[in-house]
Amino acid sequence: MADQETAAPGGHDHDHHPTGWRRWLFSTNHKDIGTMYIVLSMVGALVGGAMSFMIRLELMDPGIQFNLFGAGEEAAYFQFYNVLVTGHAFIMVFFVVMPAMMGGFGNWFVPLMIGAPDMAFPRMNNISFWLLASALVLLLVAAFTQGGPGTGWTVYPPLSSAEFHPGPAVDLGILSLHLAGASSVLGAINMITTIFNMRAPGMTIHRMPLFCWSILVTAFLLLMAMPVLAGGLTMLLTDRNFGTAFFEPSGGGDPVLWQHIFWFFGHPEVYIIILPGFGIVSQVVSTFSRKPIFGYLGMAYAMVFIGFVGFAVWAHHMYTTGLDADTRAYFVSASLVIAVPTGVKIFSWLATMWGGSISFRVPMMFACGFIFLFVMGGVTGVALANAGMDIAFHDTYFVVAHFHYVMAIAGVFAMFAGFYYWIGKMCGRQYPRVLARIHFWSFFIGVNVLFFPQHFSGMAGMPRRIPDYPDNYAGWNYVSSIGAFITTASTLLFFFIVWRTLSAGEKVPANPWGEGAKTLEWTVESPAPFHTFEELPDMTDKQAAE
Amino acid sequence: MGIFQLLMEKPWLPVEGEGEEPAEQRASSMESPHVGLRVFLAVATVLFTLFLVVYVERMTFPDWRPLSEPWVLWLNTLVLIISSAGFHWASVNAERGDLEGIKTGLLTAGVASFAFLAGQLWAWQLLVDLGYYDMANPAVGFFYLLTGVHGVHLLGGLVAWFRTSAKVKAEADMAQLRMSVGLCAVYWHFLLVVWLVLFGLLLLT
Repeated sequence: MADQETAAPGGHDHDHHPTGWRRWLFSTNHKDIGTMYIVLSMVGALVGGAMSFMIRLELMDPGIQFNLFGAGEEAAYFQFYNVLVTGHAFIMVFFVVMPAMMGGFGNWFVPLMIGAPDMAFPRMNNISFWLLASALVLLLVAAFTQGGPGTGWTVYPPLSSAEFHPGPAVDLGILSLHLAGASSVLGAINMITTIFNMRAPGMTIHRMPLFCWSILVTAFLLLMAMPVLAGGLTMLLTDRNFGTAFFEPSGGGDPVLWQHIFWFFGHPEVYIIILPGFGIVSQVVSTFSRKPIFGYLGMAYAMVFIGFVGFAVWAHHMYTTGLDADTRAYFVSASLVIAVPTGVKIFSWLATMWGGSISFRVPMMFACGFIFLFVMGGVTGVALANAGMDIAFHDTYFVVAHFHYVMAIAGVFAMFAGFYYWIGKMCGRQYPRVLARIHFWSFFIGVNVLFFPQHFSGMAGMPRRIPDYPDNYAGWNYVSSIGAFITTASTLLFFFIVWRTLSAGEKVPANPWGEGAKTLEWTVESPAPFHTFEELPDMTDKQAAE
Repeated sequence: MGIFQLLMEKPWLPVEGEGEEPAEQRASSMESPHVGLRVFLAVATVLFTLFLVVYVERMTFPDWRPLSEPWVLWLNTLVLIISSAGFHWASVNAERGDLEGIKTGLLTAGVASFAFLAGQLWAWQLLVDLGYYDMANPAVGFFYLLTGVHGVHLLGGLVAWFRTSAKVKAEADMAQLRMSVGLCAVYWHFLLVVWLVLFGLLLLT
């Protein structure tokens, strides 16, 4: 009791925690588990990033550049190329962005922001992480097993069937996704229960920071989407191994059924990736504009609306499968409707900045970069939502450019915004400012040089998932690969910044961002102590959160 | 707090009786394990709903050839009802604090659950004996898939049953037992409802 009475607000206790490898292997502490997710995400980024760099090296010029299997073995090399494409997608989606956003920042900051001492189910939190780490290992094993899975992340049958992908590679990939899905579902259950049951006194649902709202909505999306993927994968697994014919036309199955199942998961997955980014950007924009977020409730319920409508638009990925005109008309309309809540968010961020005392620190630069990139990808998304245009652009690089803008690099910019915003809270040291600014500009230029020309390649008709192409696509592909070099260099700079921050960053106070940072995590010291909020903060006299 | 109350909140208005502790700040009045279980049940519901939707959609195809369900499924249904009733009995006795009643309920539920799983395997064997191993018939594939996934969920539940039984044997704190038995009961009732829906659908075909 004496310790509690003399503790600083927040009740921090540096003692009583495991040390060494036990601290990490058996960890039940939300901050440690969050850190492990972030480290896993960085490892995934290195592997997935290396894969994409190899893809761009191959595509830099027409013709086959690096046939690792020798003359006469082109088919094996093409399969290898497809494995790179597949591995890049799986790793970036399941092992980079999702772990960093939900697992990393979610674990670290949801309890801190709502005033909870930890997550509702700490041991389940540990299991959730190690399931994901095992899934990554399984996926990498799959990539090196008998030709690897070259199905693309969509795993469409018949390409993914036992006939066209014999051997265990695809099965291992499916099991990896099962594990990753189980990890996500456990994480989502934990987040929902934590937010529902463990908020500090006075922290009503409508006072919660928008980042917590974004994690809550994302957790519900995971609950609805992941079982669908799991069910579909189970059916695919039995088709491949037990002779069922759910997707096998020769046995009365329907490959298009797989597309419906996959995209019923796959489209919400886009929002699962980007919604936590919305939350991070909302926190950052509010903090560095030194204003409460404009239209807090509108922002929160826009995310809820996006979540709902996100489940009703899946077939806009399937316009070329022979859907009838009425069905296409519905999916066009429903897809266009999503522009409304996303527009609400964009304008609310701009309105928050409007008249604010803006400080362009590195997190704010990345948040502004996010808004730009998301709008770019959103605009081409509105174009692609139209069935007429989509049929023309389907499976071209225009689509590749669109989804990389709207979910991939926009998501990565949100991750960087979150990293620079919270790194001081996580490790107690601040990032090197000049290097971080160089990182922002080089990354911003790099990704735009990389992906913007792909719109032109796509409009000219260049198809996806091919290692070779006609000479008339050469120019923009070359430019795109130059962008890949800049982006890769910038990414390496980021890893240097991480090392530099951890080893020599200047120490930061509890709140390094000043009066704009009003959420609860800034009330505890930096780095956040191992145990926080043993005495719950009282929020009953506070107004709505920013 | 109910969902409608939650949505009717107006945090931008001044709080009445400022300084007083709000009566209830949680979105849920349930304890965390109960919330967690219900969220998990939502996940399982989505999974089974997917299978049901796909099954019903596949039935409409002209080449659909229904299979005759083995009679043992009726017996298995009865056994699963007994299992669920056993958990209910254990749960009622846990509320009363009656350890012997809990033991009886858990034993009944566990034995019946194992019997159900054995019965399902028997049903599979009967189908194989009848020549229904022709997976190319989608009805057969769906039968094995639906019963298999349901069985896997029950098997997972038996892990919780085993842990709860261990707590009972160790005569753990009654509040803890009440929680564990209550969670198991909810899960088993859910699995019973799922099975009744699945079985009904199989019979309809």
